[in-house]
Amino acid sequence: MSVPKGDVFLAGVGGQGTLLASEVLCDAFLLSGFDVKKSEVHGMAQRGGSVTTHLRFGPKVFSPLIEPGKADLLIAFEKIEALRFAHYLRPGGAMVVNAQEIFPPSVATGQERYPQDVAERLRAVTDRLHMVDALAAALSMREVRAVNIVLVGAASHFLPLPEAVYEEALKARLPEGIVDVNVRAFRAGRALLQPA
Amino acid sequence: MSVLVKKEEIRLLSGNEAISRGAFEAGVKVASAYPGTPSTEILENFVRYEGVYAEWAPNEKVAVEVAIGASMGGVRALATMKHVGVNVAADPIFTASYTGVRGGLVIVTADDPELHSSQNEQDNRHYAVAAKIPMLEPSDSSEAKEFTRLAFELSEKYDTPVFLRTTTRISHAKGVVRLDEPSVPAFAPGFTPDPAKWVMLPVNAKRRHVVVEERTKALREFAETWEGNRIEWGDRSLGIVTSGVSWQYVKEAFPDASVLKIGLAWPLPERLFLEFAAGVSRVVVVEELDPHLETHVKALGILAQGKELIPIVGELDPRIVRQAITGESIPARAPETVPSRPPNLCPGCPHRGLFFALKKLKVTVTGDIGCYTLATLPPLGAMDSCICMGASIGNAHGMEKALGPDGAGKVVAVIGDSTFLHSGVTGLMNVVYNRGVSTVILLDNDITAMTGAQQNPSTGKTLHGEPTRRTDLPALCRALGVEHVYTVNPHDMKRTEALLRREVARREPSVIITKAPCALLPEHRRQKRPVYEVIADLCTGCKACSRLGCPAIEWVPFTPDEAVAAGKKATQRGIARISPLLCDGCNQCPPLCKFQAILEKKP
Repeated sequence: MSVPKGDVFLAGVGGQGTLLASEVLCDAFLLSGFDVKKSEVHGMAQRGGSVTTHLRFGPKVFSPLIEPGKADLLIAFEKIEALRFAHYLRPGGAMVVNAQEIFPPSVATGQERYPQDVAERLRAVTDRLHMVDALAAALSMREVRAVNIVLVGAASHFLPLPEAVYEEALKARLPEGIVDVNVRAFRAGRALLQPA
Repeated sequence: MSVLVKKEEIRLLSGNEAISRGAFEAGVKVASAYPGTPSTEILENFVRYEGVYAEWAPNEKVAVEVAIGASMGGVRALATMKHVGVNVAADPIFTASYTGVRGGLVIVTADDPELHSSQNEQDNRHYAVAAKIPMLEPSDSSEAKEFTRLAFELSEKYDTPVFLRTTTRISHAKGVVRLDEPSVPAFAPGFTPDPAKWVMLPVNAKRRHVVVEERTKALREFAETWEGNRIEWGDRSLGIVTSGVSWQYVKEAFPDASVLKIGLAWPLPERLFLEFAAGVSRVVVVEELDPHLETHVKALGILAQGKELIPIVGELDPRIVRQAITGESIPARAPETVPSRPPNLCPGCPHRGLFFALKKLKVTVTGDIGCYTLATLPPLGAMDSCICMGASIGNAHGMEKALGPDGAGKVVAVIGDSTFLHSGVTGLMNVVYNRGVSTVILLDNDITAMTGAQQNPSTGKTLHGEPTRRTDLPALCRALGVEHVYTVNPHDMKRTEALLRREVARREPSVIITKAPCALLPEHRRQKRPVYEVIADLCTGCKACSRLGCPAIEWVPFTPDEAVAAGKKATQRGIARISPLLCDGCNQCPPLCKFQAILEKKP
């Protein structure tokens, strides 16, 4: 995707670190000279519920919200959340989906099953579906909290920025003590997928 | 941590961060607030600047009174709150409109269209009209900073408090902001007695009202010429009047249309409206929530369309605006049907223990504003009402009086520590004074949790992070005249239930303080905690633990074949499992298992 503007939709579960992931992406765009806007919701919605971030970049961005059917890239931190917001993706858009399953209350309490057909249903939305096991990658680094940056690494293939700028953004954004693990998480994530 | 100031520096800031930056650049010395989504981060960011004083007040009324006092004392002052906070603070605000200011005084109201984290979606532009206070409305982070600076200048120039109104998509959207140097105050701090201005006896207030009306006229003239209210001429066949974040949606949906962008939501520029209407063949007013601009546009005799096209409920986006104005329906993929994921109490949340115990009593629970409002959702389903901050205690007392002797022991109030100090204290005073017998449960988790862990008078720390004297909650309740005040650890549900049963039956007012720290507090997270696991061989699938609704407890369903393969009866529908990633080690679930299947996981 080498266009100078685009819409990136992030979806996950409160507590998964979508906020930091979108901060890093925004910083990377800003460092690269783009206008960028992002919008998300704080407060009650963050207590384990569905959370989303709308991130838009380009020469000049007006609306902080992405319209349904217009996102170029959907980064989902959880499978059901990918499906919940799949209608935001434009036809032909790319999807990077963490294979992790986090049970919503109705599943956790046994009222319904975790949908078994998520991958098929996502594939019906786009043939540019990329499932990655970001949790496994993070656990292999013994840092479960790095799932978010692993996903940023995997998704970076679909964004028009050089690899170095993400690492620059991580260094600028994070406390020194956790920069290294997150740079490694980014690289591990990037290694999960082949260049688009 | 101080924030460096470099000239020409560009930052990506949220609207809230931009407002704090604007306040710093405007030379604000005193800021006071009660946290509330989407306003909270303004003060959390402001306090990091050097040379400023900022505080969490117990409620928004106090915050505004503090800011008024600081303004009287000759410094620029800021009070911030969410939209419903203005209801609490309305009393001082309406009269501060009459007194005017010395140091610039700005009140931020952060509205929440779509109710992302609120109990209503009131439109606070009405407050500007009703209190006769000018209101600026930025459209992005850059304007949020510039308008904040301007708000202080207008405040001093026109001798008035100034509202700055944001909405969630301004407060919590990030955009590019150019930083500037802070300005130097035009005058030194100091209070000059002036009873005719500051003492609102009727005789003085009547004269000040005349001043207020003159001021509004002068501000209306300012509104006619200020560049923040501007016509962007384009295609003359469609003219859109808009403000705030809606302007962004309009620019996205109709890049070629003529647009009248309103930056000052009150008072409104009448000549500018007329000039715009005369220059276009169709006028549409695009605004979220109530028809504020529309009403005033139409009052000028302009034929305009507004709420007959644009939804009055919820927030807008470019798609809604485009469809509403063109009437075209834009085909799009329908959302997939998937299990819903509402917010939930966190794993290890102490509130869960209380509500699990409370549900067994089968009492009516009047609730309040906080994380614990989530206990109303299944499977806990243990809350019956939620109106506003502090309402639970008055609600319980009123219901008890309505039900008479039959109601005794059937209603309890539930309220958090910060919410109690915000506006529950007077409710409890009323119970004691008016011979009520309500049981009030005070959920003390040592923090204001819902808004993201802010200090409050009972936590022992200020916004600046300094240690301070704590409000002693049990002593406060006793001082109000409650004789029966007991504290219990809600993770111990057996004890909690026994205490609840005893106090609910008591024919006198009583307060039960459930005391355990919020599971998200860093102090708690740093502690070494056990992780529990379900021993699959022992689990009979009875779901006793599932009824806690803990996100860490997952249900693994079985088909009859899977059950048999797992060594269970074919009729067993599944087993419970505890996610080691989510378990907080609170020990609420192990005692619920009659089969001792939940044990501490050994490393």
